[in-house]
Amino acid sequence: MRQKGRHERVARAEEPSGQAVIRTRQLTKQYGSLVAVDHLDLVVQPGEIFGLLGPNGAGKTTTILMLLGLSEPTSGKAHVVGFDPTRQPLEVKSRVGYLPDDVGFYGGLTGRQNLRYTAALNGLERRAGDERIGGLLEQVGLADAADRPVEQYSRGMRQRLGLADALVKDPSVVILDEPTASIDPTGVAEVLDLIRVLAHERGVTVLLSSHLLHQVHQVCDRVAIFRAGRILAQGPMAKLAEQLAGGGIELEVGIDGPADQVSAALLAIPGVRTATRDPHDPTLWRVAGAQSVRGRLTRDLAGRGMTVWQLRRIGDDLDEIYMRYFAKDEVEHDRAA
Amino acid sequence: MTGQPEAGAATATAAIIAPRPARPPRGGWRVVAAKEFADGIMSIRLFILIALLGLAAVAAIYSTATYVRGNAEAATGTTGLFVQLFSNQPTSSQIPSFVALVGLLGPLLGIAFGFDAVNGERAERTLPRLIAQPIHRDDVINGKFAAGLAMIGLVLLAITMLVSGVAFVVLGIQPSPDDLARLAVWYVVSLVYLGFWLAFAMLCSVVLRRAATSALAAIGLWIVLTLFTALLVGIFAGYLAPVSSTATIDQQIANVQTQLDLSRVSPGTLYGESGAYLLDPTVQTVGIIPIDQQGDPQALPSALPLDQSLLLTLPQVIALLAETVVCFGLAYVVFMRQEVRA
Repeated sequence: MRQKGRHERVARAEEPSGQAVIRTRQLTKQYGSLVAVDHLDLVVQPGEIFGLLGPNGAGKTTTILMLLGLSEPTSGKAHVVGFDPTRQPLEVKSRVGYLPDDVGFYGGLTGRQNLRYTAALNGLERRAGDERIGGLLEQVGLADAADRPVEQYSRGMRQRLGLADALVKDPSVVILDEPTASIDPTGVAEVLDLIRVLAHERGVTVLLSSHLLHQVHQVCDRVAIFRAGRILAQGPMAKLAEQLAGGGIELEVGIDGPADQVSAALLAIPGVRTATRDPHDPTLWRVAGAQSVRGRLTRDLAGRGMTVWQLRRIGDDLDEIYMRYFAKDEVEHDRAA
Repeated sequence: MTGQPEAGAATATAAIIAPRPARPPRGGWRVVAAKEFADGIMSIRLFILIALLGLAAVAAIYSTATYVRGNAEAATGTTGLFVQLFSNQPTSSQIPSFVALVGLLGPLLGIAFGFDAVNGERAERTLPRLIAQPIHRDDVINGKFAAGLAMIGLVLLAITMLVSGVAFVVLGIQPSPDDLARLAVWYVVSLVYLGFWLAFAMLCSVVLRRAATSALAAIGLWIVLTLFTALLVGIFAGYLAPVSSTATIDQQIANVQTQLDLSRVSPGTLYGESGAYLLDPTVQTVGIIPIDQQGDPQALPSALPLDQSLLLTLPQVIALLAETVVCFGLAYVVFMRQEVRA
C-alpha cells in the first residue's frame, strides 16, 4: 500500500507545477517527542472536494494550520495556491478561506458586524464588502438573523455564519475544519449542501476535515484516511472500498446452527477464503472471498438445510472502511513492535 | 504552465493564483485597533472607570483648591499655582493630590483595557479565525495595544480637563502657557506610565489562559507595588546597606539612598517623582536634601523653567519608557511564539 502511494507521488510530481491547489511534500510537525504530522504527502486538485478523515488527534487540524501558515512545519514543504505558507503567509491567507474547528465569533457583535470585521481585515472596501456580506448571509440562510448579536445564535447558525465568514474574502480555496461537528442532522444537511454548491457551482476547491465519516463521505470527491499523522489510504471512496476487500467482497451472513457445521459449510463454498464468527453475536458470520461467492452462498447453504436470515454486503460503507483501516494499521503496528 | 492539452485546467489554476490587488492591507493593525477601539468606547468598563476616576479626581482637586482659597494671601504670586493644584496635597487633607491619584488608580485603566486582550480572543475562540485573515500576527497585538493606549489617553484627557474646569470654577485661576505646557508633558509621561500597566496586563493575557487569572495577576502586582514598595525596599536596603543603632550619618544616608534607588524599580515611584518635577516648578530635587543645604542661600527657592524641570526628570521618564517597552516586548515575543491552538 505504502509502496503504491509512493509511485503515485512520483508520477504526480512530474506534472507541470502549479496544477495542484494544495500540495505537501514530506510535511512533518513535531511537538517535542510527539509527531503530530508524519511525512505527509497530499495533493488536492482544483475544484475538488477533498476529505481529510480521521479520528480526533490524528493531526488533521495541525495539517490545516500548517497549510495556512499559522503553524510552522518541523520539516517538509507545503504549497498552497502556488505559495509557501511559511514564507508568504499573507498571499496564502488572502486566497484561502478558513472555517476553524469549533468556530467562535464576538458574541456582543451581530453576525453582520462580525463579517464586516473580516471584510475590513481583507482590505475590502466598506460598500463592496457590505454587498458581499449581504449576499453571503442570504446564501447561508441567516439574512433574518444577521442583525442579532451572535451570542443569541444556535450552534448550527454559528457554523453557517462561519461558512459565510470563510467566503467573505472570495477565496479560491476553502479549508473547513470539522464543518459538521456538533450540529443537528438538518444543520449537517444544510452545511453539506452549501459545500457542494460552493465546489460545483463556483469552482472553489474545498478541503474539509472530519471524524464523522458517514456525514461527509457523500460530498467528498476524494478522501485521505488519516491516523496518527500518517495517511493510511487516499483516493475516491469506491476505490478505497475495493482496495480494502482485495478485489473480492465481504458479506455479513446471519445463520443459525452449530458453529463448526456452519463454518465448514461456508468454507466449502467455492471462492470463500475466510469465514469468521462475530465476537458479539454467535449467529453472525463474516465471509470474505471472490465476487462469485455472491451468487452461490444462499443456494449452497440452503442445499445443506441451513437458513440464511440475514445477508448484507459490508466494506463499502465508509465507517466500515475507516474502522478496518485502523484495525489493519494497528495489526501492522503490533507486528512492527 | 504548459498550456495546450490542459488549457482548461491551466486557466483554472491561473485564476486560483491570480494576483489579488489591494489585498493584504497595509497596516492590518489599524483595522484591529479600530475594531478594538469601537468595542472599548461602547463598553461598560469604560463608563465605570470614568465614573470612578472622575469622582476621585474631582474630590482631590476640590480639596486642594479649597485649601488654596483659604490661604489666598500666602498663595498670591506663587508661580505655577495652577499646576500645583494638581500636584500638591495640603497637609491638612486626607485626599491625595490629583497626580498621586493618577499614579495610584491609573494602573486600573491599563489593566482594564489589557487583561483579556489575547486570552479573551482565545476564550471566544476567535483567535484562529482572526489570524487566518491576511494580516501579520503582530498586527493583532500591536492593534490591541494601540487601541488600549488610545482609550486610556481619552479617559485621562477627559478627567484632566474635568479637573481643570473644576479648579477654574472654584478658584478662578487661569493657567499660564507654562502651566499648559507642563500639563501636556505630564500627560505624555502619564501615557507612558499607564502604557506600562497596559503592556503588563497584556503580557498576563498572553501568558495566562483565563481572563480571571490574568486580571488577578495584574491587579496583584499593582497592589504589591502600591502598598508594599516601601516595606520591601526597607527590607532589601537593610541587607544591602545595614544601619545599626550606632550607625554613622554616612551609613544612614547610604541606607536611605539604597532605599530610594530600589524603590525606583517600581514604575509608580518613577512616575510620582516625574510628576513632582513636572507639575511643581519649585521642586528641584526628589532625592535626599542634606541638612546643610536646606535653607542654603545659594540654593535659590525659585521656580524652575519647564526645560530645567524636564532635564531633571529625564532619567525617570527614560526608565519608565524602558520598563514599558520591555513589558510590551515580552508580551509581543511570547505571543508570536505561541501556538495558535492553546
